[in-house]
Amino acid sequence: MSAHSPIDQIEQPASFAFDAESEEQIAAILAKYPPERKASGTLPLLYVVQKQMSRQTGSAWVPRVAMDEIARRLEVAPIRVYEVATFYLMFNTRPIGRYHLQVCTTTSCWLRGSDDVVAACKKATGISGFGQSSADGLFTLTEVECLGACANAPILQVDDDFYEDLDGPRTIELIEALRRGERPTPGPTIDRMNSAPEGGRRTLTDSPAKQG
Amino acid sequence: MVKVTVDGIVVDVPNGSSALQACEAAGKEIPRFCFHERLSVAGNCRMCLVQVVRAPKPVASCGFPVAEGMEILTDTEIVRKARRAVMEFLLINHPLDCPICDQGGECDLQDQAFGYGADHSRYQEAKRAVKDKYLGPLVKTVMTRCIQCTRCIRFATEIAGVPELGAVSRGENMEVTNYVEKALTSELSGNLIDICPVGALTSKPYAFTARPWELKRTDSIDVSDAVGTNISLHVRGSAVLRAVPRVNDAVNEEWLADKGRFSVDGLKHRRLDRPWVRVHGKLQAVSWQDAFVAIGRRLDGVPGDRIGAIAGDLCDAESMLALKDLMTALGSPNIDCRQDGADYDLSHRAYYTFGTTIAGIEDADALLIVGSIPRQEAPVLNARIRKRFLAAGRGGFPIGLIGAPTADPTYKAELLGEGPEVLAALRDGMHPFAEVLKAAKKPMIIVGHGALTRPDARAILASAWALAAETGAIGAGWNGFNVLHRAASRVAGLDMGLVPGKGGRSAAGMMSGGVDVLWLLGADEFHTAQIGPDTFVIYQGHHGDAAAARADVILPGATYAEKSGTYVNTEGRVQRSFRAVMPPGEAREDWRILRAFSEVVGHTLPYDTVEMLRERLATVNPVFRVIGGLDAVDASALPGPTGGGAVSSAPFRPVFDDYYQTDPICRASPTMGECSRIYVHPRTVAAE
Repeated sequence: MSAHSPIDQIEQPASFAFDAESEEQIAAILAKYPPERKASGTLPLLYVVQKQMSRQTGSAWVPRVAMDEIARRLEVAPIRVYEVATFYLMFNTRPIGRYHLQVCTTTSCWLRGSDDVVAACKKATGISGFGQSSADGLFTLTEVECLGACANAPILQVDDDFYEDLDGPRTIELIEALRRGERPTPGPTIDRMNSAPEGGRRTLTDSPAKQG
Repeated sequence: MVKVTVDGIVVDVPNGSSALQACEAAGKEIPRFCFHERLSVAGNCRMCLVQVVRAPKPVASCGFPVAEGMEILTDTEIVRKARRAVMEFLLINHPLDCPICDQGGECDLQDQAFGYGADHSRYQEAKRAVKDKYLGPLVKTVMTRCIQCTRCIRFATEIAGVPELGAVSRGENMEVTNYVEKALTSELSGNLIDICPVGALTSKPYAFTARPWELKRTDSIDVSDAVGTNISLHVRGSAVLRAVPRVNDAVNEEWLADKGRFSVDGLKHRRLDRPWVRVHGKLQAVSWQDAFVAIGRRLDGVPGDRIGAIAGDLCDAESMLALKDLMTALGSPNIDCRQDGADYDLSHRAYYTFGTTIAGIEDADALLIVGSIPRQEAPVLNARIRKRFLAAGRGGFPIGLIGAPTADPTYKAELLGEGPEVLAALRDGMHPFAEVLKAAKKPMIIVGHGALTRPDARAILASAWALAAETGAIGAGWNGFNVLHRAASRVAGLDMGLVPGKGGRSAAGMMSGGVDVLWLLGADEFHTAQIGPDTFVIYQGHHGDAAAARADVILPGATYAEKSGTYVNTEGRVQRSFRAVMPPGEAREDWRILRAFSEVVGHTLPYDTVEMLRERLATVNPVFRVIGGLDAVDASALPGPTGGGAVSSAPFRPVFDDYYQTDPICRASPTMGECSRIYVHPRTVAAE
């Protein structure tokens, strides 16, 4: 079953209301669209919901009542919001752990050792397979398709942050840090800046002026 | 027009047509699943691939617009190969469970697999399985069979106007669902069964009942409302197993309301199958002869004006005329076909029919609904209003509503008020909606029975006509005045003058001892307690409903499925149904019962065959001579219905509370009972 399997097995909250912070964001989002086209706000509003749920409950997901609320705001049928929310894998329609571990296993990452990252995630969290959460409720492990950062493969996306150039031990280290409540700086976990070569520049090291 | 060549045949098709329409114009059949003439184009099944000369690859003809000089090839090796490949993909996840599938024998996938399917499958992997969905008591789902054509989603969203179905998830995991386990809230949900090209959506009450090739099909007319939906009754042996719509673009397109479709199981429950006579307070089964003699004895010495007759909502024109002729022969002016107490001006047909015609709704550009809830009183007609609403685009078809709406009308409608005072305000120009009507070129006004079953009905009718005349709704070439009936028998009854004669009593006047002998022809929709305790009641009808319980003599009649009958719909369109099955037991066709009884009392009615009766019908009113057609009425010179008097300020009430329980047939139908429990009284279900 997919991550969007029938919702009736999930415990849904009874109600959902946007908080002040979300309302501010919604006002900014809806100002971008003409009033009769406000259905365009479906995607951004789903993100607003997911963020608010993360703030309030520690689990970034979109409950059904929240989708109904979005439908009411945007004056569309609720099913239209359900369709969008379930189409995009970025929206969790069931509760997830505090940290959402999203491992890329597409070709580049796989060639560069994503299997080790997956194994490390499972070992460090005790999760047995994709789509599951750890017993302590802190982590949810998801397999994702290419995250578009192949130059820094393999990648583990934690919530919205990319941790790059991982291997098994460093993945375990990262997860332990998260468990302690720390948020290590996102980016490469080896000695490189962004996608620049490891250990510093290798080419164009001479100044053109010197060659003069 | 655009000239297109299809397989060497040159055809002219309108600009903007699709390649598929061009192929059809050339007489070429194009296989399709997702394409449906009355729905938007989705283009996702890819079965309709054709080759277009100079196009690099096969194109989906349903969504491909034609261009001048285009050459389309529908039967080349490339096309056949492409369609075979599409079919192979469609069948990958299809369970191929035809032997246990209710769609078998009438399945598009099955038929087209015959043409394009392979004789074996190359697919070795696991097939996907999809959990079935709950869509209510009428539509059964087997979602693993779904090929995701999305016709049901488009039907629910576009035609029915209840956007409750959708496609969730994506790719391999995509599912058609309502996401929440909730019954579809549409009076047109049965059409999903027809529209589904595979066995994913089938009829729940009809599940595992019969195969299509076992069924005998008989053309009939739906009597559950006054739309006159053309239906086909599917019969095996002596049982009507289902009703499905027939295409009639002037009336129902190809839709049928749920009540007409699913109430057929009521045809075999609680039937009156033999005559009964009440002796010492208890009903006793008797022979026809004894029943007639009992009535004849009671009638002996009763003056004509102490005899009355009321015809019910499901009656055919033939039996109503026979009843009228019998009463005339007995010297009674007390006849009525308006058991709901409605009042009309019968001086011209335009005053009590749907003058715009149902198809004419598509030409209208503004609408005012007075005292009617079309969604419940005539769901198929309501779909036509929605169709017009969607076609007109945003604000193109303003709709005003006077009355208390009980549900979403399925289109955007402005609630102008709840009572007749709004009508006066519109005429005075005090209400802003008056400007909308005036600005419209072809405005229409629908007056429903929420307005016509009140004491001030005539005044409201006159006022509505006046408003129509003042706003240009009645003019040369356009008649925007409409009365929406809800009883299938009503217009025929009015056409033949089945209303009180000179000094005669109306239905209400016959209550409380107004007559000594009361003949009820299938009339059940009133409180039988109103009938005087000493009134002798003859109930001639097909179901043991309220009135049969009160009757002193019961004469078992035939339902619409058991007789050939003439019905006039709300437009005034005369249509004929045919007999699908024989009446049960000793029950007989109603006009024959009346004819037989007339002989017993010595007033033999002058017709021996239904043809002779129909000839008499056409003599009474020539409109009965034209079957199926409808002549346009020029109402511009008409003075309008007469009617004055005080208008009460009471708000318009809905004609009925429970769409699923409006006549003896659907009250006897277990399926309709279930619908009523689920849709109309959900709280009682929750409490259980």
